[in-house]
Amino acid sequence: MIWPDLSPLWLSIQLAAVTTVLLLIVGTPLAWWLATTQRRARPFVEAITALPLVLPPTVLGFYLLIFLNPNSTLGGLWRDATGTGLTFSFSGLVLASALYSLPFMVQPLQAGFEAVGRGPMEAAASLRASRLDAFFTVAVPLSKRGFLTGIVLSFAHTIGEFGVVLMVGGNIPGQTRVISIAIYEQVETLDYAQAHALSAILLVFSFVVLLAVFTINRRMPVRVG
Amino acid sequence: MALKLDIALAMPDFTLKAAHEFELAGITALFGASGAGKSTLLRVIAGLETAATGRVEFDGAEWQGTGHFLPAHKRRVGYVFQDTRLFAHLDVAANLRYAAKRSRSLRFDDVVKVLDLAPLLARQVAELSGGERQRVAIGRTLLSDPRLLLMDEPLAALDRSRKARLLPYISRLPEAFGTPVIYVTHSVEEVTRLADAMVVLSKGRVLATGGVADTLARLDIAEASGKFEAGAVVRAKVVAQDEIYLLTQLEVAGQALSMPGSQVDLGAELRLRIRARDVALAIERPAGLSIRNVLKGRILEIEEEAETAFAEVLVDIGDGQRVRARITRASVVELGLTVGQQVFALVKSVSFDRRALPKR
Repeated sequence: MIWPDLSPLWLSIQLAAVTTVLLLIVGTPLAWWLATTQRRARPFVEAITALPLVLPPTVLGFYLLIFLNPNSTLGGLWRDATGTGLTFSFSGLVLASALYSLPFMVQPLQAGFEAVGRGPMEAAASLRASRLDAFFTVAVPLSKRGFLTGIVLSFAHTIGEFGVVLMVGGNIPGQTRVISIAIYEQVETLDYAQAHALSAILLVFSFVVLLAVFTINRRMPVRVG
Repeated sequence: MALKLDIALAMPDFTLKAAHEFELAGITALFGASGAGKSTLLRVIAGLETAATGRVEFDGAEWQGTGHFLPAHKRRVGYVFQDTRLFAHLDVAANLRYAAKRSRSLRFDDVVKVLDLAPLLARQVAELSGGERQRVAIGRTLLSDPRLLLMDEPLAALDRSRKARLLPYISRLPEAFGTPVIYVTHSVEEVTRLADAMVVLSKGRVLATGGVADTLARLDIAEASGKFEAGAVVRAKVVAQDEIYLLTQLEVAGQALSMPGSQVDLGAELRLRIRARDVALAIERPAGLSIRNVLKGRILEIEEEAETAFAEVLVDIGDGQRVRARITRASVVELGLTVGQQVFALVKSVSFDRRALPKR
């Protein structure tokens, strides 16, 4: 058997890692806002956040292509700032993946924060902890399950994405040729040996990740009450 | 130290509208029936109700006013919640340190000692009993070095024996830590055992304020406390212990009163609570009765309750002390009771508070 070219796998892992970090930074405040706000705008924001769950990746990819291309406002600004385009580039893929995986980060976090509730936060305030202090020392540790679930689902969902990448990133080796695209191309060109190898790797990788999550989740009881 | 309030907050059933100046010393009970707005008022004081309007002023500093709201974490108000709200992700010691670290309190050992927390330090919060949790919560709050301690029915979730064990810890707090306490409760027993002064809240309004004995003896409080529990508090002195019949002889306003023997020192000053439903009235000193406690007095007030069979009679037993009797309206008419008339109050049962009266 020929050892397969592993660079698409590394690219996928890189993409998933960067996307997950970006989502943690953006998704955490968004989830906190959704979990705590009383505003009427909340259902609108919730619906927008959940859109990637129902939209076909091609629809999301199509709109992203329109908004990110160098002739668009955003794409133009990015090009002026960095000298590269957002479409058919790694940066564009990160942006697209983050949007596509947003609900997978936000929803578990929001559920986690809602489970914590106002009680412990009020207790922390009465013990002279500022809001930010209380957030990091009380809300975050009490919703660690939500964080773990959000991180793993975002990571895994990004590894497994295909449609959006195809629309926005294309198939540039080392840039946008992630594992799912590579397998697709190998099947198209009837290179079943390579496709078998990469598919098996992805299958095992996904299973191991999920197994780890469920095991850790078991061993990490969150005491509430 | 004073806490000035003039606040309003819309609640589901009514508007909480309270204007009052708390003279803070020792323990002040915030008393009223369930749903009277007691806890909400406490939350307003703590800065946890951001929708409240009006003014809150503590010791000359404005906590809340027009266009000004000092956030909860800057008020230095300790809050002991009914449901304790200990942090489940930290053990007992870490819960205590959470507070001590932020206040830079050096009293960790003091607090642990006063509340007997040493055996609990290494325990997980989930392993604690209800009473232990509440003790840890009180300790944690004390370690935040509060200028004012708010306690929201800390004993409500506990059974009788745990309650009895925790009460002495709470009554010691103001002396041990020099922090005034506002204590929310709907239990007359807790008020008489703990508080020096009280504020009565009913349907979101301040109904009565003053010393515990005076306020509890006033008739208009019946509505707030629930008829069944209403009563009066009197001061008594232990004058003798009867070893044969196992009775403790007391003196109340110069009159004798006895109750089942208790381990109290001769000469100790006590507070007794006499429920209105345990008091009957007679117009002559009765004979041939099993009731031993008969207090002579004069009728101060008679309040007939509309649409019930009952009337509440307030009787002055001398020395500025009062008892209340809950009798039927028919009896009032048949005995021809009028204000100013001399009567004998027959006391069927007395409960008392071991804590000596504060010396004033």
